[in-house]
Formats: sequence, C-alpha cells, structure tokens
Amino acid sequence: MIWNPDFETLPRPELAKLQGERLGRLVDVLYRRVPFYKGKMDQQGVKPQAIQGICDLGKLPFTTKDEMRDVYPYGLLAVSLQEIVEIHTSSGTTGKPVVDAYTRGDIETWAEVMARTLAAGGTTRHDIVQNAYGYGLFTGGLGVHYGARKIGATVIPISGGNTKRQLAILRDFKSTVLACTPSYSLFVAEAAREEGVDLRRVGLKAGFYGAEPWSESMRAEIESKSGALAIDIYGLTEIIGPGVATECEHQDGLHISEDHFYPEIIDPDTGKVLPDGEKGELVITTLTKEGTPLLRYRTRDITYLDRSPCTCGRTTVRMHRVLGRTDDMLIIRGVNVFPSQIEEVILRVDGVEPHYQLIVERRDQLDELEVQVEMNEKMFSDEIKGLEKVERKIESDLYAGLNIHTRVKLVEPKSIARSEGKARRIIDKRLL
Amino acid sequence: MSVQQISIFLENKKGRLAEVTRLLADRGINIRALSLADTADFGVLRIIVNDPTACLGALKASGIIAQVTDVLAVEMEDKPGGLSRVLAALDADDLNVEYMYAYVEKTRDNAIVIFKVDDRERARDVLKTNGIATLGAEALKAL
Repeated sequence: MIWNPDFETLPRPELAKLQGERLGRLVDVLYRRVPFYKGKMDQQGVKPQAIQGICDLGKLPFTTKDEMRDVYPYGLLAVSLQEIVEIHTSSGTTGKPVVDAYTRGDIETWAEVMARTLAAGGTTRHDIVQNAYGYGLFTGGLGVHYGARKIGATVIPISGGNTKRQLAILRDFKSTVLACTPSYSLFVAEAAREEGVDLRRVGLKAGFYGAEPWSESMRAEIESKSGALAIDIYGLTEIIGPGVATECEHQDGLHISEDHFYPEIIDPDTGKVLPDGEKGELVITTLTKEGTPLLRYRTRDITYLDRSPCTCGRTTVRMHRVLGRTDDMLIIRGVNVFPSQIEEVILRVDGVEPHYQLIVERRDQLDELEVQVEMNEKMFSDEIKGLEKVERKIESDLYAGLNIHTRVKLVEPKSIARSEGKARRIIDKRLL
Repeated sequence: MSVQQISIFLENKKGRLAEVTRLLADRGINIRALSLADTADFGVLRIIVNDPTACLGALKASGIIAQVTDVLAVEMEDKPGGLSRVLAALDADDLNVEYMYAYVEKTRDNAIVIFKVDDRERARDVLKTNGIATLGAEALKAL
C-alpha cells in the first residue's frame, strides 16, 4: 500500500524540481543560521546563490560524524532551542554522541516517512503494531510509534527485551505487525517454539526489521518461522532515525523517501559521486529537516542505487540492502562497536597485551563475538581458576564498558596471524 | 622442602601436547610426574622434571608460556588411608589444596603425591607436626 501517492509516485522530473527547490531553501537557511555550515561553504567558496537545482549538490561540502561530534551538543541547530520539541542521540559508545534535535515539523516528517514505511509492508489502521524497538534516546522505538499512530494503527509500546512478555502480548493481543531487529525476531520465534507456541498461527502479517545488517537467507528464515512478510527498513539517528528508506511488498531494494532525504553514492576515498548501480558510500542530504539539517552526510554505509521504476508504482530511488561499512564498525545484536573500543577495554585489564582477534559469528540467529586474547607470562597462572578469572574479567569489562556480550578465549602466543606485523583484527563469519 | 614444578599453557588443539613433549624429549628432559588440567579452550600442563631450569629454558625459547611453581612433594604410606591422613591434617588446619597429582616413582613402601596448596610454608609445618615428610628436589632426584 502506498501511504502518500502524491510524493511517492511523483514523476521523476517533478521530483527533481521539488528536490532542487528544497535544497535551495535548505542551503539558504544553513548559510544564515548555522556558523558551522557557513564556515564550510565559505571555505569551499560556494554561496547559497550558486545552488540552482539538485544538480548543484556536488558543489556543497560533506558532513562527517566526527564533525558532528566536534560541535556537540547544539552546534548544528538551525532554529532556536525553543523550537525544538524532542532530542535523540546515538548511543555515544564511540565517543560523544551525535545529536538529532527535532522541531514539531521534524516530528511530523518523521511520522510521515514512518507511515510510508509501515504502509509499504501493508500496515493499515486495522493493525496492531507490537513495537519491540527500544523506546528512549534510541530512535527505533519512537520512530515506529509515530508512524503507526499516524496510520491510525494500534501501537503496543512494549519496547525491547523481556521475550516471555513479548510472546504473551503477541498471543493475547493478537498483534499483526512486529517491529524489532531481525535477530530479535528469530529469538522470539525460538522462544515461542520452546513454549509450544507456533508463531505462524499467531496472525502476524508483517515484520519491520532494521538497525542491524541481515541477509536474504535470514529473511527466508524469519518469514518461514513467523509466517509473515519480513520488510527491511533503513535509517540512522543523524538523519532522522528509521524512515529514511523501506522495502515495499516486492522486497527488491529499499525505497528512499527522497523528497526528504536526497541520496548520493560516492567513492569513499576520493569523494567522487558514482553513477547508479556502482557500489560506494551512501551520502544523504536532509532536504526538509528544520532542527538539525545535514548537508551531504557521510553514512559510512556501503550500498548502490537503482532509479528504475519498481513494480509497486513508486517512482522513488531504491537502495540495495546495506552491503557493509567503510569503517570497521561492527554491529553486534544492534549495538555499534569499533574494534578500537574493544582494544581499549581489554588493554586496561592487567597484563593483557594488544594481541587479540575478534571473531563474529551468528549462532542460533544471534551475533556472537569471540574475543581471542593471546596469553603471556604476566597473565599466566598454573591454576585453571586463575586463567578463567582473566577471561571472565575481560568479558565483564567489555559488558560494562560497551554493553556487548562476548566470549573471551585465551590462546597461545603468536597464534593470531600477523601479516606485515599487523594482526588481522576481525574475522566476520556471518553470512550477510 | 618444596620442589619446582613447570606449569605450561596449552591451547586445546590437536597435537599440541605431543609437540611439547617431543620438544622436551629432544632436550633429554625426563618427565617424572605430570597432571593436565583443562577447559574447553585451554589446558595447563604441570610437570615435575629432572632439570627444571633446562626445561623452562627450552620451553621459553620455543615461545611457549611456562613458569616455575613451587609445590610440595609429600611422602605417605602406600596403603589405604595414606592420602586421607595427609588431607585430614591439611584440612584440620584450614589449608586448601589447589590441585594434586601422584608422583610416578615409589620410595620404599611409600608413595609420593605432589600438592599445590594455598599456603605452602604453613602446610609444610602442619605436615611436619603430623609426622608427614615432604621431599626436596635432591631427595626426589635421588629416587
């Protein structure tokens, strides 16, 4: 179902015209009200008048996550703080969090793009949406909430975790739509099986899964276990949260709400814009955002674009499901983590040297991170309990510091392969 | 009296134990007693050898993590109740045995068991008070 045919099926020439107008207004506002962007544009020698249409986008500077952190917390506000009605941030595990400050208009946009998302998977006002994304600073919970409310569906704001309760609610309230991370949906399916509940008979018709990378084979498994359509959704806190892009019922790429979020694909090394179909880093410009609009934000997600018409009738560009990252960020059960952070934690443990390796696997549908740490004389003990204590200590420090569950394994010295003196840090065995 | 045990870290993987014992064999090092403690991931091989210094040197030269641990070699009657009497004496004094294993050879009619306890000095005194002998390195070598 198409929630807003006026925009979602707009003929492409008209769409480009609209995007150009919106970009012009955005650049004008940013130049006048956000010193950060005025500085960047001046440095690049580009004045707002130079932006006459969407084709001029390439003249504008990129924005990076590091830059957003530099101006934390309010440096990107394009309106006065009085206009801001809600704030979300990233988890901040990698340093200062990035901030998304929403005006009343931004919340309305968010509800609109999330209504498009939920409708694209068949959600109507007759549905009961069990929203198992976390409510809070994380954008998943409230994003789905606003979208479902806009459609007029019934939202059950159960938030994440507490699988037994998720199951009871699913069964008793007969939820028809589930929203959570893809791995959690399989976790729920597994828990259901253990309790003797057949998830396929609960009456689910669609699930909206995002916030972590997943694959076609995982989709097949989710659909067979839940008996419901599994829709891939995409978004990020910096841009708006979920709602940036969604699959339609044909599940052939994610439609970007490009009247709001203009996508480009660039070569991450040179910054050169790449043609449709070529893989590169996704860059997004928030055409309509008021609170904290961004010019050419580098998402570090790798994908490619397809502007060919979709059988669903939408004219919007589609992005392929995210293929990877330009950095070494790992997403473990929905938590973003960089190897450098893991290194920082384990090196604080007495005696541990920087010889370690991270092995990511998906076991029983959940991501598992094994941290192999090379043994050395200082850590060694002739007693098993002494060695196990080292393992448990590293595990608990990683959980306390980064909120990730790991399995630490002590290995013999030099057993981690070194190439040119540098160890290969990550082995990702997940088939995504 | 205490004796030096060599404790070795081994990853739990096929052939590893064979490699380490071959290394010692090549250096003419004789293993007189041993115990292997393991988990799913790794094991600790504990050995009493004829030449601890050479043994440690050979292991370290091969990049193997090993250390010297002081343990007690306790002599006891080789008949029912022999071990029980030793443990009872330690327990009565609240001494905790971390691990123990039997020594291969026998002296006269006695058996020797290697003990790692939480307080070695005190354990030795307690055993002595109870008339239980501990052997030193020289005594062991002489067997």
